[in-house]
Amino acid sequence: MDTQADAINIQNLTFHWRKEGAVVLDLPRLLVGRGERVFIKGASGSGKSTLLSLIGGVLLPQSGDVSVLGQPLRALSSAKRDAFRAEHIGFIFQMFNLIPYLPIIDNVLLPCRFSRRRRLNIERRGIGLRDEAVRLLEHLDLPATMLQRPVTELSVGQQQRVAAARALIGGPELVIADEPTSALDADRRSGFLRLLLKECAEQNTTLLFVSHDSALEPQFDRGIQLAAINQAVNEGG
Amino acid sequence: MHILVLAFKSMMNRKFTIALTIFSIALSIMLLLGVERLRNDARESFANTISGTDLIVGARSGSVQLLLYAVFRIGNPTNNVSWESYQDIKRQRLVAWTVPLSLGDSHHGFRVLGTNLDYFRHYRFGGGEALQFATGVPFADVYDAVIGADVAKNLNYQLGQEIVLAHGTGEVSFMQHADKPFRIVGILRKTGTPVDRTVHVSLEGIEAIHVGWESGAPRPGLSIDAEQTRQMNLQPKSITAALVGLKSRLAAFRVQRFINEYPEEPLLAALPGVALQELWDTMAIAQRALLAISILVVLVGISGMATAILTSLNERRREMAVLRSVGARPWHIFVLFVGEAGVVMTLASLTGIAALYVTQLIARPIIQSQLGLFLPIHPPSTHELMLIGAAVSAGLLVGLIPAYRAYRYSLADGMTIRL
Ligand SMILES: Nc1ncnc2c1ncn2[C@@H]1O[C@H](COP(=O)(O)OP(=O)(O)O)[C@@H](O)[C@H]1O
Ligand SMILES: [Mg+2]
Repeated sequence: MDTQADAINIQNLTFHWRKEGAVVLDLPRLLVGRGERVFIKGASGSGKSTLLSLIGGVLLPQSGDVSVLGQPLRALSSAKRDAFRAEHIGFIFQMFNLIPYLPIIDNVLLPCRFSRRRRLNIERRGIGLRDEAVRLLEHLDLPATMLQRPVTELSVGQQQRVAAARALIGGPELVIADEPTSALDADRRSGFLRLLLKECAEQNTTLLFVSHDSALEPQFDRGIQLAAINQAVNEGG
Repeated sequence: MHILVLAFKSMMNRKFTIALTIFSIALSIMLLLGVERLRNDARESFANTISGTDLIVGARSGSVQLLLYAVFRIGNPTNNVSWESYQDIKRQRLVAWTVPLSLGDSHHGFRVLGTNLDYFRHYRFGGGEALQFATGVPFADVYDAVIGADVAKNLNYQLGQEIVLAHGTGEVSFMQHADKPFRIVGILRKTGTPVDRTVHVSLEGIEAIHVGWESGAPRPGLSIDAEQTRQMNLQPKSITAALVGLKSRLAAFRVQRFINEYPEEPLLAALPGVALQELWDTMAIAQRALLAISILVVLVGISGMATAILTSLNERRREMAVLRSVGARPWHIFVLFVGEAGVVMTLASLTGIAALYVTQLIARPIIQSQLGLFLPIHPPSTHELMLIGAAVSAGLLVGLIPAYRAYRYSLADGMTIRL
């Protein structure tokens, strides 16, 4: 892994969902540096989530290249991309992030089931997996006493914090958050963001944060308006 | 491996519906195994009813009919074999032994068999086992009776007890041979054959109770009491059938031809093995229908399972997307759903087998007394294990359908779910 490379490097990317369908994304260039905390804003339907899937390697662009942490994703088989995602990227979604039938701890530890590297990152520090999960949850204001509860009993705000712990566990280099605050009210929104930013700063994690709510933008190193860099004609809105 | 743990935890989260699915498939598997077991064990039980007998001889009719009334005590003969013909057959050079059988009376629904002591000497069942006495001795007196194990058990009879035989073989008989009661002198050990459900008396005993009944009913105004009857000539004029043992098996066809072409009266000699096979073949269609139905029932259960999984698919799309985001491969998603089908089928098979044994324990005495079939309780046979394997494979195969859909979904959705 090239530790000097940009966290994300996108060149001449075009993507459309269906064969003859409209081009959703046409990005000549997008760079995100290591440790940068970037805010991406855009109207609903403008292709934000699609972009995140491309960065996550779940989708491949029809043309152009996406490199994550110096690794060109196109060079990887789909199996390798799935593994790469598990090793290096943590995800937080808008809602329903948690697997309803797993206890909180197991939800947090889910990436460690799929990634040996993230497991080792923790074990190398001489910490047990569960202890690390509890530590992260406590940092995110979820006291250990709550951990026995089924995830279905958590409030949306608590669920999102569990999802953040899951994204961060095992120290992935990149955390991608897709409108994680849009289901929260204003108070909880800033509380959640503060905790997430603090934790990312501590782990020196690159953060890609997507939202249509520009009120959050000042807390980030940089804000990108997707429509400004996307040359695809976009009828979303 | 871990993905199967996930499959299991996910199922635990839906315990109730999964349990219902497992229950219905378990029942269908129990039915399938039960039918197969009945088929195979009934066949064995049939084949075990008589052994060591080379020929069964009776009046000319069908060999299945002869087998049924002479060995299984089911149905009635159309005609008898005269005593002279019987003696003639007995005298044949190739004949080692014969056992005369005289049927036609009953006792509380159990058939009465008139025979002689050669019956206890030569009758063989199962793998060649001889009849054994639980208590008592063979009949010696005209009015002695030896009863089978089920007769003793069902009617709660003891040695020395007196019983009255009924004329005819109906369950309810109005004509009783009440003037000539019999005394129980022996009770046979359980054999698992119709012997258990038979009251055995001597040929003379059968003659004695029918003195004065030549027309089929007692001659009015003329009653000869039991003691007087003893003094009369009680040699039978005819018997119903006879079991024949030969000095050499190889002679069976020659003796059979001799009897079938017997000039004095129309007789039939049947080879027990062939007749059993023929009897079995007549039931083959019904058996196959039963098997087909039970296979269909299993398929219904399996498609119920597939429906349940398919229904859950939509509400689990978000779960699938989350799993994809943490690095699960579409292949993992596939295993998650096939694994569910696998767990359901495995648990259903185990439950079905357990239910089969419970049912067998409960139904065995009933089948034994109602059908005369002795069904042993044994561990699953290779054949049964193969059936279970086939059912599980069918379940997995059908489980591929929702799994494949989940796989397609997770490829199409990626991490973005549009519901
Ligand atoms: N799985 C999908 N299959 C087909 N089209 C999709 C899929 N997901 C999104 N799209 C389409 O791509 C466009 C961008 O969607 P999306 O990336 O979800 O936007 P945003 O996240 O900014 O709201 C929309 O027109 C949407 O209909
Ligand atoms: Mg979106």
